[in-house]
Amino acid sequence: MILHFTLNGQATRVECDPDRRVVDLLRQDLGLTGVKEACGAGECGACAILLDGVPRLSCLLLAAQLAGHEVLTIEGLAGGEAPHPLQEAFARAGAVQCGFCTPGMVLASHALLARQPRPSRQEIAQAIAGNLCRCTGYHKIIDAVRLAAGLSEDDS
Amino acid sequence: MRPVLLPASLEELWPLMRDHPGAAFMAGGSDLLVRLRQGLVDPPAIIGLEGIAELGLVHDEAPGWLFLGAGASHTALLEHSLVQRRLPLLAQALAVLGSPLVRNQGTLGGNLGTASPAGDTLSPLYALEAQVELRSATGSRRLAIADFILGPGRTALQAGEIIYGAWVPLAQDWSLAHFEKVGLRQALAIAVVSLAALISLDDGGVVREARLALGSVGPTVVRPRQAEQALLGRPLDAASLKAAARLVRQEVSPIDDPRASAHYRRQVAGNLLLRLARPAD
Repeated sequence: MILHFTLNGQATRVECDPDRRVVDLLRQDLGLTGVKEACGAGECGACAILLDGVPRLSCLLLAAQLAGHEVLTIEGLAGGEAPHPLQEAFARAGAVQCGFCTPGMVLASHALLARQPRPSRQEIAQAIAGNLCRCTGYHKIIDAVRLAAGLSEDDS
Repeated sequence: MRPVLLPASLEELWPLMRDHPGAAFMAGGSDLLVRLRQGLVDPPAIIGLEGIAELGLVHDEAPGWLFLGAGASHTALLEHSLVQRRLPLLAQALAVLGSPLVRNQGTLGGNLGTASPAGDTLSPLYALEAQVELRSATGSRRLAIADFILGPGRTALQAGEIIYGAWVPLAQDWSLAHFEKVGLRQALAIAVVSLAALISLDDGGVVREARLALGSVGPTVVRPRQAEQALLGRPLDAASLKAAARLVRQEVSPIDDPRASAHYRRQVAGNLLLRLARPAD
């Protein structure tokens, strides 16, 4: 099929099988390897993208489902050469170790901040509950989201 | 390559179903696409239901009933004011179903159709005595949820039918609505045991009605009728709940699996009842 959708702000046209998994379309056909695949079964969140602003699992979506919709991957978050404030905060807080969960973590955090600009640590923990990290643990990641939101640990 | 069909209405759906016999239905895909990748299923076509707006409806237009569309995502249900206000039991279960990502993906209809004994919305729907509406090109029928779900992965859905939604009776205000899931970790856990409980107390704190529904302790959700009966006319204290817990352990029929032993599930199924204890007035 000829698939038309918006990818990281750009009108995109790509020829693919309608039942191609979105994670494969993005990584293999379109070269967006910031989208990671770990479990392939919806359990780890490494493949998370934003579909019309909502965090979704690209291993559980088919290409045909993207037609006419907007997809944001980690590659499109900053919209330029300079990193997005969330990416900056992840680096400064030491929230990245192996980095495999980071794209999904950042996108889930981005969706959280869009609807809750001043999240508590608890709200952040809940928002990233579907993104598994096996390196740093979650404290530094939560620190990073708080930092990006301009909150210090003295704020509630 | 197989076709992926995304009808925008039921009128578009019925001819697609006729023209693609054996097609798999997909809502959130969190079950189907995993099974597809594992090679467990190989349907000739996939019919996605996400574009059919009426399947996503939640409303209370029929007096005494709340309708939950099969295509509503768990997130949509969890955030819906009618669910929060009128179905706190279901809202408690939705809040711990999977993760935010899974809740954005999965739907009520998917939970019903998958018919896993561990489906987190199912034990609340059994306790609420919900009905499942099935639609086909020629009509509609409603079944009690206990008649719709026949076993693990088995339902009364027939060829030509789709799951349209669930009807939940709003007949009474419950004194207590409690859902608890025991899993192997706090987030993203598949239930080892779940309990959905609705209790109606009189002014003296004595149980007038008790409905208990337990997940992951049998081929389908279990309503332990003897335990429910045993609570009637008694306060929710340690003595009455311990007696009911003993009956629960007799009424469930759990299995050993990689997550837990049958013995553990049986013990915990009873223990969960003790959470219902309320201090005497």
